[in-house]
Amino acid sequence: MADLSINLAGIKSPNPFWVASGPPSNTAYQAHRAFEAGWGGVVWKTIGDPIVNVSSRYSALNVSGMRMVGFNNIELISDRSVETNFREIYEVKQRWPDCAVIASLMFDTRERWHEFVKRSADAGADGIELNFGCPHGMCERGMGSAVGQQPPVTEKIVGWVMEAATIPVIVKLTPNITDVTFAARAARQGGANAISLINTLNSITQVNLNNLVPEPFVGGLSSHGGYCGPAVKPIALNMVQSCAADSEVRLPISGIGGISNWSDAAEFIALGSTSVQVCTAIMHYGFRIVEDMIEGLNDYLDAKGFKSVTELVGKAVPAIQKWESLDLNYKRIARINYDKCIGCNLCYIACEDGAHQCIDLVPPNGHGLGPGRVPGKPIPQVREADCVGCNLCAIVCPVDECITMVSINRGQEKMSWSDYQEKVARGEMKPIPAHP
Amino acid sequence: MPITPKLGPEAAAANMADIAPRYTPQEAIIEAARCLFCFDAPCIQACPTGIDIPSFIKKIATGNLTGSARAILSANILGGSCARVCPTEVLCEGACVVLDREGDPVKIGRLQRYATDHASEKRLSVLKTPARKSGKRVAVVGGGPAGLGCAAELAQLGHQVVVFEKQPKAGGLNTYGIACYKMMPEVSLAEVAMIESLGVEFRCGVEVGRDLPVAQIQKEFDALFLGLGLGKGTRLNVPGEDLPEVVEALEFIEQLHTRPLHQVPVGDRVAVIGGGNTAIDAVTQARRLGARDAAIVYRRSQGEMPAYDFEQRLAKTDGARFLFNVVPLEVLSDSTGHVTGLKLARTASANGKLQTLAGSEFTEPFDMVIKAIGEDKQVNMFKKLFPALELDRRGVVVRNLDTGRTNIPGVFAGGDCANGGAEVVNAVAEGKKAARGIHAFFAGPAASGPIQPSRYGVKGAPVGSGFDRPIRVTELEEEYARQHAVK
Repeated sequence: MADLSINLAGIKSPNPFWVASGPPSNTAYQAHRAFEAGWGGVVWKTIGDPIVNVSSRYSALNVSGMRMVGFNNIELISDRSVETNFREIYEVKQRWPDCAVIASLMFDTRERWHEFVKRSADAGADGIELNFGCPHGMCERGMGSAVGQQPPVTEKIVGWVMEAATIPVIVKLTPNITDVTFAARAARQGGANAISLINTLNSITQVNLNNLVPEPFVGGLSSHGGYCGPAVKPIALNMVQSCAADSEVRLPISGIGGISNWSDAAEFIALGSTSVQVCTAIMHYGFRIVEDMIEGLNDYLDAKGFKSVTELVGKAVPAIQKWESLDLNYKRIARINYDKCIGCNLCYIACEDGAHQCIDLVPPNGHGLGPGRVPGKPIPQVREADCVGCNLCAIVCPVDECITMVSINRGQEKMSWSDYQEKVARGEMKPIPAHP
Repeated sequence: MPITPKLGPEAAAANMADIAPRYTPQEAIIEAARCLFCFDAPCIQACPTGIDIPSFIKKIATGNLTGSARAILSANILGGSCARVCPTEVLCEGACVVLDREGDPVKIGRLQRYATDHASEKRLSVLKTPARKSGKRVAVVGGGPAGLGCAAELAQLGHQVVVFEKQPKAGGLNTYGIACYKMMPEVSLAEVAMIESLGVEFRCGVEVGRDLPVAQIQKEFDALFLGLGLGKGTRLNVPGEDLPEVVEALEFIEQLHTRPLHQVPVGDRVAVIGGGNTAIDAVTQARRLGARDAAIVYRRSQGEMPAYDFEQRLAKTDGARFLFNVVPLEVLSDSTGHVTGLKLARTASANGKLQTLAGSEFTEPFDMVIKAIGEDKQVNMFKKLFPALELDRRGVVVRNLDTGRTNIPGVFAGGDCANGGAEVVNAVAEGKKAARGIHAFFAGPAASGPIQPSRYGVKGAPVGSGFDRPIRVTELEEEYARQHAVK
């Protein structure tokens, strides 16, 4: 059993799985249920000055009958009073002293920030998360993503917070920005202890084609909502890795964005996250999903020989480099296993129409056909000399392990784009001819 | 004892309810999402009518139901009934690659029903006929699946069509001969109405040769399509065959479609003689109408039964008995002239020949006997109406498999009368092919088939799929190949 406990900038929790700030972390009741299920931390739904919500609030992107591949919301911060929220944080912390409770805050003036940073510590919170990411409603009032999108403002407000902070401070970043590392650097400049990302993306998930009003429908209108769920995971991984690799950020990271299971979590951790936060998957299935996350991560760490989860943090970060560092001489090609091929020809048509025309349909002479296959029906065959190794056929193939991408050793030395430019400049090699 | 109805209206209706009900919209989308959208899909090739199956399923998944129905009906005008009666397990679903991957094919038949029901219920006219008509007139003799397939295709090619049907309603076996739990006649009649809406004229209750001389048809029309199906049920030629409780399977099934279910008489102990799919239809429906005992009596072994495996399973599930290697010698009756049982003998195969075993006679009590041993070829009728028409030694019309042309110029044929008896979908396909043959006979422009173009076509390998390049994957298709060889 690997050690799953973590310490993120001084915030300790028994495992890296935190409930993200949002509808599942709105009340003490939910926090109790989360900790009972096994969650290591709860980031409280953002506390701030009174707001009023609309009805309805959520909308989803469904793909081929699969629900909530993407999800968005136009709900604002907590609509409960600050007194209620801080009293409940205190109660929860009393009941669960070993788990992390983080107060998410959103205020406007320096005085209000000072006041509520102190009240968070007084309530017993283990840390504070500054909501500089919410892209709907609150940003129109100069808060949320309106702050996160302007690095100088981020730095300034973090500075205010740090003046009063006695517990660790995490800055939650918005992805609705050209380069998230600028916002992360600003958080560091302001003195933050950690960053969390990503908050939700600006989005419209769907237009109702009967009334031509997008969802979520609010009395004949809708609004831009914050997008999350499995569909945003690749965007979040990219931003988490960018911050983890940036020499000017150098802050612990709490990773967020489409995490639904232990392997998603492991990927975020490998790309630099110390803890991970989950919201949409809980909104879909409830707190019980953490059981599989804990078990799965534990088994993975054991299988890979990691003694603790912290050993995994950032392990994959160096594997992402600039394109110009990649080896131009590396070659892989597609190989089809005809014992597994079911004859759908999706590889053929994908390569033919969507890629590089390197798969032929040929008579099936000599190849065994699976049950139910049509005798004499042509089978796909990779023209290996022309295969550029793009992966598309292996990606579209609906059968596991039917098309594999095989590395070809051509006995050539590694040569990056930079190496190539230098060699050509020095006259050591001719330019590689253009593809016909 | 004469036989009587056994069940009340509610029980009879419940027993005959749809065995594969229509999908709900959500079920349809989930099932449609299982389709891989193969390129040059095997299912298309396995469909005698060459429906572009991945295309119609994709359209269900996207919510384009009208387009889906159009994709189906443009290839197979009886797509709605074929969705219910096709042996999909040995055709499209048998060729589905998802079957190879996970042992369970995409339910193509049920999806096809879902899409065609949408068009039929909303009375959408998804098919179009050309504004400019050819001025040619074609007589279609026989309003069954072959005739309907031919008539609909001809109408879409701009020709004027009149269908002559001897029964009061068109549709042939689709209207009168399908097991109730698969399809009720309303589905077939809606398809007839759809074909009528394409401008096809139906003259029902008209028997060519009796009510209308062939010479007159040949004078009034520019071409003739023969889609007459098969004749009367084959006789057993055993004593007692003409007793009142001995009926032909198709007559029994027709009663289920022409009178209220609870008024159809059925025996208490029913013997069904034969081993084909019609025998299964009869034995299951006898059980479902309340027969306490219903038994298939088949002269060969279980392995030699022509009925599809899934049909045999259905009969077993319905509680039917199977008597294999048994042949009827006599239908027994009491002094009042009513059936009391069968005198049977056991058989054995030797060198491929069936032998009755001496001394193996026994009797089984039955009060109803249903004969399902096939239908006769209409040799005499053809000899009378078309003395010059070439028939093969089995008594079916000789025609070109691709064009339906017979040896008489302007006379085309397809369906059971030309293939000796096959599935509805084969009849539709043959009708459609003959329509194109007739179109070519009129020297019109070549009609295009449902072809998925592919690069290997350019390379000189076979082009297209399905309709234009039928494949041989099933016993059914092999049967075709065999028939072709005989000719």
